[in-house]
Amino acid sequence: MPAPVQDSQLKKKARKLKDFSDGTARTRYILMAISIIGGFALWFLITLIPTINTFLASPKQVWNALLSESAANGRYFKDISISLQRVLIGFGLAFVCSIPVSFLMGWYPKVRNLVEPWIQFMRTIPPIALIPLVILAMGLGESPKYTIIFVAAFLVMVVTIYQGVKEVDKTLVKAAYTFGASDKDLFFDIVIPASFPYILVGARLGMAASLTTLIAAELTGTTFGLGARIQGAQQFMDTSIVLLGIITIGIIGFVLDKILLLIEKKLTTWK
Amino acid sequence: MTEKLITIKDVHKEYKVENGDNVNALNGVTLDIDKNEFVCVVGPSGCGKTTLLNIIAGLETYDSGKVTMHGQPIVGPGPDRGVIFQQYALFPWMTVRKNIEYGLKFIRKPRNVESIDESGNKTVTTVLERYDTKEKHDLANRYIKMVNLTGFENSFPKALSGGMKQRVAIARGYALNSEVLLMDEPFGALDAQTRAQLQEDLLKTWETEKKTIFFITHDVDEAVLLATRVVIMSARPGQIKEIVDIDLPYPRTQATKLDPVFMKHKNYIWETVYKMYLEIPK
Repeated sequence: MPAPVQDSQLKKKARKLKDFSDGTARTRYILMAISIIGGFALWFLITLIPTINTFLASPKQVWNALLSESAANGRYFKDISISLQRVLIGFGLAFVCSIPVSFLMGWYPKVRNLVEPWIQFMRTIPPIALIPLVILAMGLGESPKYTIIFVAAFLVMVVTIYQGVKEVDKTLVKAAYTFGASDKDLFFDIVIPASFPYILVGARLGMAASLTTLIAAELTGTTFGLGARIQGAQQFMDTSIVLLGIITIGIIGFVLDKILLLIEKKLTTWK
Repeated sequence: MTEKLITIKDVHKEYKVENGDNVNALNGVTLDIDKNEFVCVVGPSGCGKTTLLNIIAGLETYDSGKVTMHGQPIVGPGPDRGVIFQQYALFPWMTVRKNIEYGLKFIRKPRNVESIDESGNKTVTTVLERYDTKEKHDLANRYIKMVNLTGFENSFPKALSGGMKQRVAIARGYALNSEVLLMDEPFGALDAQTRAQLQEDLLKTWETEKKTIFFITHDVDEAVLLATRVVIMSARPGQIKEIVDIDLPYPRTQATKLDPVFMKHKNYIWETVYKMYLEIPK
């Protein structure tokens, strides 16, 4: 006769279903703190190795760079505001243009068939490859920067938003027709609100694309801007400034994304 | 004396499916629907029930035959024929109230206007007007109350259960005051208890606010419980196999299911449908 199994033994043996949730808020925050502190500690430790420190500044060096750059005669805030302006103008223009284009593509199959091959083709080209042409066409002012960012953000947003327009729930379209809605009513009352979530997702992807193209855009000859600062510092092998620029761009991206996320939550409470 | 409302005469419809084959969805369907009748259609999947409903709704065209309402051919969708879909088709960005009011946006209600001309003759002309905001509000309230959703006027559909969503859709259909309600397996996605309750609610509303209902279901129990007539369709090609008059008096409730007459009809229809199902090559 087999020995009776203890409850505690059973509990140990019991196979639990894999947990796919995020876990409790408490453990989430604890782990986030560990991750941040651990990351900084690791960074600090490896920069103690001299060979690594030649190309990777330590947290302390980056902190000092921050202090000197943001001092009264520093250029930190000017770089930030110029880069931010480029991102926001490029992104803003792309947002305004992508909405009519994607609605036309989603609504009229003929427009879609005419435009889509070019959108898909352009999407595979890194915006950085356009720089020589853009400089030849526009010179070295601010417009080439806006253009590069515009192209990157526009393509991402058009593709996302027009998918949303195309994939409007057909039952809702049928329902609207049975009420007697015209095509115009259908477009304004059903298609636009139904694709609203896609517009917001498109905006977030477009914003991310704008930031990632910023450095490329600032390759088109400029003295100010975070990208320009990073490239300038590289020539003097000042890796603390390079890292400061990288971290700053990361933080700006994080904040902008959180703002868009907040707008999304506010505007689509019904979702 | 019953009055013919919808006449379907020898309707044929073929589909082209992806591999290029033609599917004969409807092969000579003829059916008259009387005013205030409750017609249920049952049949194996692929028998063309939904196609038939879409044709009456004006959402699909047909190859040959004739479909008329009040003697006028049906050429497109319109608010005289409300449709209730299995997937509810509520607009997720509108509250319960807005969903119901939206259906009223396009309705023109007739109003008689009296006018006296120079010689003093009174003439009455009928003009069509849109509902104003207050009327829409009041109508929405009335039908929200009818489906027992008072208190949920400002909820979004995502906050409602499947049964509640379908109630909103039914309220919307009734608020349109269409002559015909076309219901495409409206309770198919609901659990047994919710379905039983919505069946009773629908019966009660139909008994008080008379309407013509064309109701598709794959549930034979449901068909016999609700219908004045059950239309049995066969698949491939889609045809009407038989029409059974359900001679059970209204009001009906879930208890009607214990009636021997109910059992008789149910068994007969079930056997007929199941036999056809077995004959379909699978």
